[in-house]
Amino acid sequence: MTAVFLGIPTAPRGVGHLRGDLSFPDAARDSLRDGQLRANLGHATATIRGKRAAVVGEVPDWAELREAGRAIKAATMARLDEHLIALEEQVTARGGTVHWASDATEANEIVTRLVQATGTDEVVKVKSMATQEIGLNEALEAAGIAAHETDLAELIVQLGEDTPSHILVPAIHKNRAEIREIFLRTMPGVDPGLTDDPRKLAMAARAHLRERFLRARVAISGANFAVAETGTLAVVESEGNGRMCLTLPQTLITVMGIEKVVPTWRDLEVFLQLLPRSSTGERMNPYTSLWAGVTPGDGPQEFHLVLVDNGRTAVLADEVGREALHCIRCSACLNVCPVYERAGGHAYGSVYPGPIGAVLSPQLTGIEDNASLPYASSLCGACYDVCPVAIDIPSILVHLRAEHVEAQQHAGPEALAFRALSKAMSNPRLWRLAQKAAGLGRFLAWGRPTLPAALPPPASRWTRTRDLPTPPKETFTQAWAREHGG
Amino acid sequence: MKVALFATCLVDTMVPQVAMATARLLERLGHEVVVPPGQSCCGQMHVNTGYRREAVPIVANHVRAFAGAEAVVAPSGSCVASIHHQQAAVARRAGEHALAEEAAALADRTWELSQFLVDVLGVTDVGAYYPHRVTYHPTCHSLRMLKVADRPLQLLRAVRGLDLVELPAADQCCGFGGTFAVKNAETSTAMLTDKMANVLSTHAEVCTAGDASCLMHIGGGLSRLRSGTRTVHLAEILASTEEAVTPHQSTTPAVPA
Repeated sequence: MTAVFLGIPTAPRGVGHLRGDLSFPDAARDSLRDGQLRANLGHATATIRGKRAAVVGEVPDWAELREAGRAIKAATMARLDEHLIALEEQVTARGGTVHWASDATEANEIVTRLVQATGTDEVVKVKSMATQEIGLNEALEAAGIAAHETDLAELIVQLGEDTPSHILVPAIHKNRAEIREIFLRTMPGVDPGLTDDPRKLAMAARAHLRERFLRARVAISGANFAVAETGTLAVVESEGNGRMCLTLPQTLITVMGIEKVVPTWRDLEVFLQLLPRSSTGERMNPYTSLWAGVTPGDGPQEFHLVLVDNGRTAVLADEVGREALHCIRCSACLNVCPVYERAGGHAYGSVYPGPIGAVLSPQLTGIEDNASLPYASSLCGACYDVCPVAIDIPSILVHLRAEHVEAQQHAGPEALAFRALSKAMSNPRLWRLAQKAAGLGRFLAWGRPTLPAALPPPASRWTRTRDLPTPPKETFTQAWAREHGG
Repeated sequence: MKVALFATCLVDTMVPQVAMATARLLERLGHEVVVPPGQSCCGQMHVNTGYRREAVPIVANHVRAFAGAEAVVAPSGSCVASIHHQQAAVARRAGEHALAEEAAALADRTWELSQFLVDVLGVTDVGAYYPHRVTYHPTCHSLRMLKVADRPLQLLRAVRGLDLVELPAADQCCGFGGTFAVKNAETSTAMLTDKMANVLSTHAEVCTAGDASCLMHIGGGLSRLRSGTRTVHLAEILASTEEAVTPHQSTTPAVPA
């Protein structure tokens, strides 16, 4: 058999959560009607935005830190293969085992096998985007293994049989009255007098989780960073559930996207400042757990690191789009995005919503599987401004739109219109004719200052909610030429 | 100074009074205005919709039309941002390196109106008179790509008779976003609704901005609701004087087209 190179593989279909069932405009149509969702999101994102702005504003060298973060990520990606091999060597030397997974299917198989080898049928989980991405919980469930989410928001989502809608705050779409209802309905042995007081809700979750922490023999985590030179893994969190999972069980399995590696211990200095201020709006997160391999008599005695590609190498091959791999999952771009704030995270159909999701998901899956996402932005640029590693998200969005357009075999009506317009706009004589034709639109208005609301598509998509001014009799350039004898 | 006016395709075709106001204003300040007849579009709509290849001849036309211009001024933050950040890049990607060089050189001589007035001409009081309650929306590309900061506000504060009221959540996008307004019409409308709520909360008669495109969006929504608050481009306000104010001050521009 002759091997044919078909390009670098993207994340496979049928496994994981990178693709939605609906296009963004169709999914958003439903969520925009949900007044409760809009209120919850508006309140939550405005609160986090304010907190972030305050703690970022008090750092005098934020711009330099941000540039350092960008530069470290760019340099790391340029030699990603070398750093990953160094990481494997260091983790192995410290008693851990490294597994390489080319995609979600392989990663799920590896983790399932590792859990089965311990003989347990349940695991506790630290909040992790990588395991959400690959659909690990479903894979474990299919193998008869129960995965208990221990992050409060992930727990809410899991108990409510819901899906996450935010990278940092997966249950951001729920308010505390809704959370109380989920707990009362699903939590075994919960106090029937539970109120929606946040402290009471947290205590109920704490009691529910405590028993699972003490019972669990296997924990599964993600990682915020992995230091190549020391083999150190890092998880930053707020609640302490992560610390419990990372220290109590006998076996720890960490699933990590290959882009999370940083070359040196010193690099953490930059990211541990950038991340908490950008994500939760705190000067420092309450818990930072760091570990390397295993320590006899202290903590898990078996450690596995699963390095997942799942389309990342394909992203790395795109010289514009690869910047998306610099993301440290802080969610600052979601919290400032006017589109995310209104449409909500589920409309993106991927575990990575918001502006970063709109550039990451289509690249991980291949653009045609998420073709509507690069257009789910008004290109207002708020995401780029707040990104702690200066990912130029608007430029990547525009680049991916072009990749989608250029991937089409046949030109549709839009492409034909844009081609014709390009011809006209690059030839002054044709352009004047096109302007004259546009000006004829004024006859549709019957002398009124605006055009009728009922126009054929695609104009109707504007005029359904907004008036369109009646085109003037004379363009500016015509009027000017008339006045100046041109 | 001899200023070449780039009207932009939208203003030229749909709201010519904005370009006329820009020309009148610059002439009143003692500058010679020329309008290169070959001009059409900066190419932004093509680039931002994914038609970067098709944008290259448009960029070439723009560079041809303004060849030799000492200073180019446009009444649009968005188009000037595209000239600064996109034109050379799309030409370079298409392998048109000479065009990229020319586009980059032309971009260095191209200014958005408020930046040109404040930074190049060094004026904030342009001698305008506009006796209305006005709120200012900083359009996204003016704010974040060109970083015009408070230059438009400096200009507005110096206008006689103008009552400037602050717009709440001013830095939030109005939801226009070019073809976004059509491709994601519902999300765009949701954003517009919040922008209009903020505009209306100021009880301003007029919402102004440095981009006719965003104003067409906000104004289209305000007009559909019969709100009575109208949108007027910054150039039209700055061009208004005691002599040039129209008697009715309705939605007709202060400067007759």
